[in-house]
Formats: sequence, C-alpha cells, structure tokens
Amino acid sequence: MSKITLQVNGRSYDVDAAPETPLLWVLRDQLDLLGTKFGCGIGQCGACIVHVNGAPARACLTTVSEAVSAKITTIEGLSRDGSHPLQKAWCELDVAQCGYCQTGQIMSAAALLASNPHPSDSDIDDAMAGNICRCATYYRIRAAIHRAAEIAAGARGAGA
Amino acid sequence: MSEAAQLHMDRRSFLRLAAMAGGGLVLGHYARAADGAQIASAGVERVDGVFIPNAFIRIAPDGSVTVFSARPEVGQGIKTSLPMVVAEELGADWHSVTVVSAPLDAAFGPQSAGGSTSTPTSYMEMRRMGAAARTMLVEAAAQTWGVPADECIAADGAVRHVTSGRTLKFGDLVARASTLPVPDLHSVKLKDPKDFTLLGSRIGGVDNAKIVTGQPLFGIDQKRPGMAYAVYQKAPVWGSRPLKANLEHIKTLPGVRDAFIIDRTVPEGQLIGLVPGVAIVADSTWAAFSARRELDVQWEEGRFAKSSWDDYARQATEISKAAPGSPKVEETRRDGDVDQAFAGAAHVVEASYSYPFISHANLEPQNCLAHVQGDKVEIWAPTQNPDNARGLAAQVLGTAPENVRVNITRIGGGFGRRLRSDPVGEAVAISQKAGIPIKLTWDRTDDLQHDHFRPGGFHFLKGAVDAKGALSAWRSHHVSFGSNLGADDYPARFVPNYLLLNTRLDNGVPQGPWRAPGSCTYAWMICSFLDELAHAAGRDPVEFNLSVLGDKDLVAGTGKNGRPYNAARMRNVVRQVAEKSGWGKEMARGKGMGLGYYFSHQGYIAEVAEVTVSPKGVLSIDRVVAAVDVGSQIVNLSGAENQVQGSIIDGISAAWRQELDISQGRVVQSNLHEYPLLRIPDAPRAIEIHFLKTDYPPTGLGEPALPPIAPAVCNAVFAATGKRIRQLPMTRTDLSWS
Repeated sequence: MSKITLQVNGRSYDVDAAPETPLLWVLRDQLDLLGTKFGCGIGQCGACIVHVNGAPARACLTTVSEAVSAKITTIEGLSRDGSHPLQKAWCELDVAQCGYCQTGQIMSAAALLASNPHPSDSDIDDAMAGNICRCATYYRIRAAIHRAAEIAAGARGAGA
Repeated sequence: MSEAAQLHMDRRSFLRLAAMAGGGLVLGHYARAADGAQIASAGVERVDGVFIPNAFIRIAPDGSVTVFSARPEVGQGIKTSLPMVVAEELGADWHSVTVVSAPLDAAFGPQSAGGSTSTPTSYMEMRRMGAAARTMLVEAAAQTWGVPADECIAADGAVRHVTSGRTLKFGDLVARASTLPVPDLHSVKLKDPKDFTLLGSRIGGVDNAKIVTGQPLFGIDQKRPGMAYAVYQKAPVWGSRPLKANLEHIKTLPGVRDAFIIDRTVPEGQLIGLVPGVAIVADSTWAAFSARRELDVQWEEGRFAKSSWDDYARQATEISKAAPGSPKVEETRRDGDVDQAFAGAAHVVEASYSYPFISHANLEPQNCLAHVQGDKVEIWAPTQNPDNARGLAAQVLGTAPENVRVNITRIGGGFGRRLRSDPVGEAVAISQKAGIPIKLTWDRTDDLQHDHFRPGGFHFLKGAVDAKGALSAWRSHHVSFGSNLGADDYPARFVPNYLLLNTRLDNGVPQGPWRAPGSCTYAWMICSFLDELAHAAGRDPVEFNLSVLGDKDLVAGTGKNGRPYNAARMRNVVRQVAEKSGWGKEMARGKGMGLGYYFSHQGYIAEVAEVTVSPKGVLSIDRVVAAVDVGSQIVNLSGAENQVQGSIIDGISAAWRQELDISQGRVVQSNLHEYPLLRIPDAPRAIEIHFLKTDYPPTGLGEPALPPIAPAVCNAVFAATGKRIRQLPMTRTDLSWS
C-alpha cells in the first residue's frame, strides 16, 4: 500500500492504495463516490467512465498511479446541483430505466458535447458506442444528447 | 441507506406504522377480499399529526404527500407509475408527492416484480387506496364547511366546495380527516377514468434526479459501518463441490481477512439457492478480487461435467425423428389428423429452428449486503423477489423468516434474474461466518457463468397450406431443457390439424425466467414459420396471418388451466401496425418489412420491422412500428413508451448476437467482450408506438413488447434478401445476397 493523493472534483484526497488499484474501487470503496459504476471490469461497458484531465476514461482500467496529479471528474462533480445540460435533458426526456449505466452515459456524452456542441446522430453513435445500456434506452439517449445541445446553446445565447 | 430506512430513523411515525403493520393490527393489515383482489384494510392512526389512511399514504400538515412504492424498481417504472395511480385518485398535486420504497412488510401486500404482474394486480388496489384517502379528506372539508360532501371535489392537493368556490388544502384537513372512519375499500367511490388528469400523461421517473447525479441508489452502492467486502467462487461446472483450496495462501494476501469453504449439505443436483463455493473476505472489493486471482480450488465435478451444446443439438436431432408415443416424447396436444392433412396439402414446409442459452447480463452485477447478528439478519439487496430473498436468508441461517429484515434497493436491471436469491444466500452465509456486515459482489464472469440462464432449445416444425392457401396442418416438436410449449400456445386452436410434441433433455444447466419467459423465443419460431407458410401459399404475410387468426373474437382456453385468446384484439393490433407502417409499399432489393405479433403477459402486441441488408450481408434495422393493446389505461405514457422502445431494442440485442456456448459442462464465455450486447449504433433510428385503448383492465408492459420483434426483424430480412433465419443468434446466418 502507498499513500497517494488524488484530485477529484476539485478536492484533494489522500488515500492508501496499492499503485495498481483501479481508480474505480478507490472512488467507490474509499471515497464514497458511488456514482461511478462497476459493470464488467474490462473496459467493455462504460459504466465506470469518468473524466481524467477532461477526457473520458474507464475507471476500471485506470490505475490510481496513472491518476495521480491528474484532474479527475466523476458524475458527482459534473455539476454542483444536477444542472449540467445533459442532466437536465436526461430528466426532461425521462431517459433512464434501471438507471445503472446512465452516469457513465452522461460522462461520455459530456466529453462529446465539450468537443462537438452540435453532434449529428452519427457523431453520437460513434462517441457513445463504448457505453452499454442493458435496458436499451439508446433511442432516448440520442434524443437527450440533441436536447442537451439545444439547452447548452440556449444558455450560451442567453449569456451572450 | 435506503429511503425507507432513512424514514425509519428520521420519523417516529414510520416506526409506529411499521410496528403496527408488522404486528398485524388494524393499520395496514392485509386481507383477501371476496373478489380476490388484495386490499389493505385501512385504519386511521394519528401520529405526530400525520394523516395515515392506509399503509401506502401519509399526508403531513404541510400538505406534503408520501406514497409508498411496494414493488421493487428494476427499470420498469413501477416506482413512478403505481404512486401516480394513488395520486390520481387522491387528487394530489404530483409535485408535492414524495415516493418512498417500502421495505418488505406484509402491510404492503404482494411485493415481487415479475411477470409484468404489478400493474394488473395492483392497479385497482392503488386506486382504492387513493380514493379512500380522498373520501376522508373531502368529508373533513364538508364537515368544516357544513355542506354535503358530494358538493366538494378534490384536486391539486386541495378540496374545493364547487358551489361556493371555497377551498381547503389537504394539509389543513389532516387533523379532521384523521378522526374520520375509513370508508369500505370495496365500495369506495372511484373517479371516472374520463376525469383522469395525471394518468396517461408523461411523468418522469421519481428517481431521475438522483440517477443523473450518481446518488447511491443501487444494491451495490450500499454500505454499513464495520462492513467488509467479499467474493464467492463457485465451480465452473454447475453442481460441483469444492474438495480443497489454497486457503492458507489466500489469507496471507494483502487486505484479506479470511477465506473459507461453504459446503452446506444440499440435495444432489441442486443448482439454485446457496450452492457450495469458496468465500474470500477482504478490506476492499479490489483486495477480494485480487486475492481471488490466486485462488486454486479442486472441485468434485458432477455427472454433467462433459455436457456440451453440440451434444445437446445432436440429441435433439435424434429425438426429433422419434414418433409420438416414443420414450421422452410427450404428446401435449392433438387436434384433427396432421398426417392426413399433409397428404392432401398443396404445399408442405419443414424447418428446424434453434436458439441458444443466453444470460440476463444485468449491468449491475449480482450483489447483496448482509449483516447477521445471532439468529437475526438484515439484508440490503437488489431483489425482484424480496419474499423469496427472506425465505432463503432464513433457511441459510436456520432461523424464522420474521428474523430477516429485507431492505429493497433500486435494481440495476432485473429481466427475471433477480427473482432468484442466490447472492442473498451467499452473503448471509458469509456474514454469519465472518460475524460482521458483508457486501458480496459478483464479478462479470460470475454473473455470466452462474446466471440462471434463459434456456436454449430446438423446434422441429412441419406445416401445410391447402389448395386455397389456408393453413391446414401444423406439427411441432419442441426440444428444450426446462419448460416447453404449452397446449394452448399459439397457433394451437387456430389450425384444424395440430400436433404438439415436447421433449425435455436431461441437463445440468441452471435456468430461470428471462424477460417474457417462453414467449421470448416461441414468438420468434412461430411467427417465422408462419411467414414461411405465407410465402409457400403465395400470400401476403399480413393477410395470411389475419386469416389464421380467423373470425372468432374470443377463443376459449383448453382444459381447466387453458387461457382464452382474444383474437379480435390481436387482429386489431396486426391491422393497426400494417396501416401505420405502410405495409405493402414497394421496396428496393435489400430492403424489406417483416411482421411479428404475439400474446404475452396479457398484452396483445404486433410489430413491423423495416430493414436494410447490404449485398455483403450487413444488417441495419431502420425503423420499427409497434401497435400495443394493454387495455383501457396507459398509466404513465413516458414510462410505457420507454418500456416498448427498450423491449424492442433488447429483443433485437438478444436475437442478433447473444449466445452462450456450453462445453465441458460450463459456459465458455467469460465477459462482455465475448458476449456482445447491442450498442447504440445498431439501435433503430426510428421507433413508432401506437397504443390502442380497449375496454380491458390495464396490464403490464415490462415484457410483452419484446417477443414480436425478433420474428419481425427476421421476416424483414427474408423479404429483403430471401434468406431465412432459422437459428439464433442471427449472426449464424450469412445474409449476403447478389
């Protein structure tokens, strides 16, 4: 075990963990950040997606030693109060069924919108292909990403 | 902490409620009504000024309404929809309603979530609960004003005196309402459905805000003080026992607290419940997972250690040649004379269909948190079947069921898997030995290889059409592993000459219900083969299937367990889906439309798929249209549409690529890289849903929209390419054309 300092959602955390420990289990078991989910452990399902320095990363394949000195954002840090356009759109269009995968879906979609504010259906399909929804809410996920793009554009317009 | 537990701690009123309900006193006591409906006979109890007309409803003096959701939420939306029913009858303002998951308690009546039964079982009951409370609030207002109650109406969280326009908010009526007698739940006046304002609208899931912000709602998110983490290794070959394991080495590994074998005496061949294995208890999930990689177990393998899918397929083909009356061939139904009909037929078609074992693949792996203290245990579990979980926990601990407290968490996907409680039994056994709270987490390999699988099967079919193109004979031999086709399964009763033979292969594979059990595979075989016969007859598939459905409206069931089939409802959805999909339009080569329809879980549903297949055989499902008849009332339109959309895509996912291979008595696949679930690029871009409102009681939607989609897609592929898919997954068939 070694002492490791992680920067998560703008806070600094000192944790005791073996360097090869996946970030996922430190977030869940030690930091009580339980919105990042375990689905497969091999980078297939996307339920554990977080942002590492702004880029989507699979927390089950990212070791804590790789995450040291990086800025990590989890779903709990995406917005302070659930007000990210994607979170609003997900509620407005009632996307979730069981809801288990949706935090990972939203984190992938947030990275997409950050680089492509008006994605096409094909852009969405490409960017979201790493996230499995077992309840198969894909139809609404596509619609909600388009809706979030609208909400974000409206907010930018209002701010200008 | 679960919501109910939170309330349990926060509010004395809940303690009082739970204590009284559990004690079988007036409040929340359940009785079976004469009409067979289960009704909570309500009693009035004033607790801290809160109005509690029955177990499901509490109204505080500030007007806030709490509605208990008794059924586990697996993603089917029941935690939103049944409280909507209560709120509708109550006349509550939905925005002031808080929904709380109930713990397992007799006060809440049936609490399982399976078989799409929650809506049909609880719809009227929830209406009566809301109506009883509303009646009391209205009476309280009428007494306050000194006016007749029938001059008052309840809406938007207030009672209004219609003639004078005076209003009193629910919160202001709580004190007086609590003193009034509870109306008889059988005769309480219900709203006229035409006056519904909430039901039928689109309401977002009550947990949505928590879901999108990552709140700890699920079983796997639960924690308790002093808790340790556990894994449980079972034998790759089902039904095996651990003989020895390198436990001493495992105990030396970082973070490991203990390792031990659990080998209770179980009946030979028992595949469900608590089965033998090796437990590792550690400081963290990762410490347990890491230690497990060094676990070395010697297993005593049972008599199915050499079984394989290929061998099952060989046995099935062999038995399919056997005549009716042969050993292992059960004659389930015989109408008319199929042999004579085949002899005189214009066209005879023979085909064999097969489908594999598949997994539920719940994205939240199986898990359970258990805390055993002496002869008592409290569990936190994502269970669809909390009563079953309590039973297994009590059995494992050797205690009475009342010593088991079950907290029902939100569930990361059910699909039938969590009607079974094996992870609960394991967690209880491990906590008992460890003496502390234990969270057991399965990894994905456990989940895929120790599922209670949807059984695979083989179906040998022979059908005929006569000179007029009418379906004249149907001979069917279904070979499966668990249950088989039933005597009344479609198209029995719709073909004059009909023979159904069934065989169950001896096997050691754990099996269980998978979304729309039976129907999820039967619909594919039956509607695909009907499509083959339509083409053999040279008839349009919609027109042919409508003619098979005949001209009788209600076809009686056979025998005392037979189920009636409402052919009129089915014809209506088939006609509707044909019309809305533009059935019959000209399509280019490589494009096609196909029909699937099935009666499942009390729902009548027809679907048309529109596909494109490239010359190289790459399939794209472009559009799906569904016509759905689940009775007189859609409860939550958003939830209902979500279920149909999800069922359609889930059905495509299962049929297209999912397959578990069995070799050497075990599942070959180990994780999702070998078990491809459908991803977003393959989801249809267009799904159109049409609900037909009919004069029948509302029924559930968790399952019935799934069965028709696989045949709709496969029949569309045939229309596009001339390639007939007779094996699942669909990837087994080369779809290229030129």
